[in-house]
Amino acid sequence: MSGVEWQLVGFSLRMALTSLLLILPVGLALAWWLARKNWPGKALVETLVSLPLVLPPVVTGLLLLQLFGRRGLVGSWLHSTLDCDVVFTWRAVVIALAAMSLPLFVRAARTAFEEVDVKFEQLARTLGAGEWRVFFTITLPLAKRGVLAGTLLSFARALGEFGATIMVAGNIPGRTTTLPVAIYQAVENGEDAHAWTLAGVSAVIAFAAVFISEKLLRRKT
Amino acid sequence: MNGKILTANFRKQFPGGPEIVADDLRIGGGITVLFGASGSGKTTILRCLAGLEIPDEGEIKFGGESWFQKSGKRQAASGHIFAPPQKRRIGFVPQDYALFPHLSVVDNIGYGLKELPATERTLRVAETLHWLGLEDLEMRLPRELSGGQQQRVALARAVVRRPKLLLLDEPLAALDTPTRLRLRGELRQLLRQLGIPTILVTHDRFEALALGDEVVVLHAGRNVQQGAAPDVFSQPANLAVAEITAVETILSGHILATLNGLATVAVGATRLIALAKDLPPAARAVYVCIRAEDVILIRNDVIQSSPRNHLPATVRELGREGPLVRVTLDCGFSLIALLTQSACEELALQKGEQLFALLKTPQVHLISFAG
Repeated sequence: MSGVEWQLVGFSLRMALTSLLLILPVGLALAWWLARKNWPGKALVETLVSLPLVLPPVVTGLLLLQLFGRRGLVGSWLHSTLDCDVVFTWRAVVIALAAMSLPLFVRAARTAFEEVDVKFEQLARTLGAGEWRVFFTITLPLAKRGVLAGTLLSFARALGEFGATIMVAGNIPGRTTTLPVAIYQAVENGEDAHAWTLAGVSAVIAFAAVFISEKLLRRKT
Repeated sequence: MNGKILTANFRKQFPGGPEIVADDLRIGGGITVLFGASGSGKTTILRCLAGLEIPDEGEIKFGGESWFQKSGKRQAASGHIFAPPQKRRIGFVPQDYALFPHLSVVDNIGYGLKELPATERTLRVAETLHWLGLEDLEMRLPRELSGGQQQRVALARAVVRRPKLLLLDEPLAALDTPTRLRLRGELRQLLRQLGIPTILVTHDRFEALALGDEVVVLHAGRNVQQGAAPDVFSQPANLAVAEITAVETILSGHILATLNGLATVAVGATRLIALAKDLPPAARAVYVCIRAEDVILIRNDVIQSSPRNHLPATVRELGREGPLVRVTLDCGFSLIALLTQSACEELALQKGEQLFALLKTPQVHLISFAG
């Protein structure tokens, strides 16, 4: 592999990992909220969270572009208060990947939480534990496998994201170009060897992630 | 019994389920047994006391604290009180123990001691492990323990925090019969040593008799009788209680005469003498309840003996029931007796044999039809 190829793989991995950091707290909270509580508007939130799974990624990207552009709702605020631009930077890559892989993570984590018998949580409460302690010492450890499997799947999904990324982050070599975008570009340019190398790397990472995640879900405590 | 520490008055109904009512439940120190068949609401009441279920309305008071208060179904939220389980300082042992599957025995037991400094915590856990003979199992996971060991770990986890109230839901039901019988005596001793006020739920009347100082009988979601354990079982307040406490022989009879506190009752052609003190004066038709443990069998009728009821009886059936033998007799009506194995052998009991059944007057319980 060439230096450029290594750089591409490194950048894509870094972007996927950063998006995971964004997803984890939000996704865990959301998954717990969906698994354990009933509240008005729950069905709506459920639908919204899962929407990126079925919406064309390009549409999700378009929505993000609207939201984070200089004149967008969030984008204008970020620009004026933090002097921070999102669109067509690495930040846009992270946001696109996070939006696209959050549904997978929330679904997996929610199922994992739902499989934890509430009797353990109730017992912990009788032993004086408050809600945070119950979550971190009982619910999360007992849901560990499902949550980890979900994390791996989201990570793999993030690495393969194309449509939303290209909409909000574009294709700026060395700055926003990720593996899938580079592969598309290589094919466009007729650089077949380059495309195949990158495709191989993608396949190996994806295979490993799904393989481990399946293993985690099969093995029961 | 040193005063009442817990009073509860509440109702709770799950969607589509029966209404469960804790009707002026008063619980003192010592061990109180909530006794009833499955579906009688005893577990629901216990979970409401633990704060794991929220009653629809009513109140729960413990010592000087108010744990729950809510009147009317749709009233302003002001004035509602609900103390969550973590604020009640209780020890709760559910029927299946619910040991944390990912934590070792030590970590399970120490879970509730988080606010203590580490050294104190270690000491407390070690003390409890020693007390219950669990020292060798410290590092095991719950799934590596036998049923009896799990029961003890669950008890240890609940009592190590020195709770003000201990709530046990069918503590022995998950065990096989020999273990259950062995642990029944052990559990009573442990609870005695602890001296923590305890509420224990069971459907097993032997367990209720063995473990309880006080018994509250629950039927169809209500408490129907409360009293000292032996009193409740030997003097069921009404037919429903008699059926729950499983008095083996329940016959219908009518009172022929009452004299000096003694009633003469006719059951078919047989006459029985019983105490009349709990009967309404006008009672005629009665249920006659006789507990199998109270029936004495003798081979030859003795001329002089203290029991007033001497009934010629024929052995109809013999069946083993644990260490006891259940004898079905025909005395003009069907009467069940429970004897030890050795007593049966001594009497050389056989089917079709003729002998005599003796019953003392206080052991023939009369329950008037009106209840």
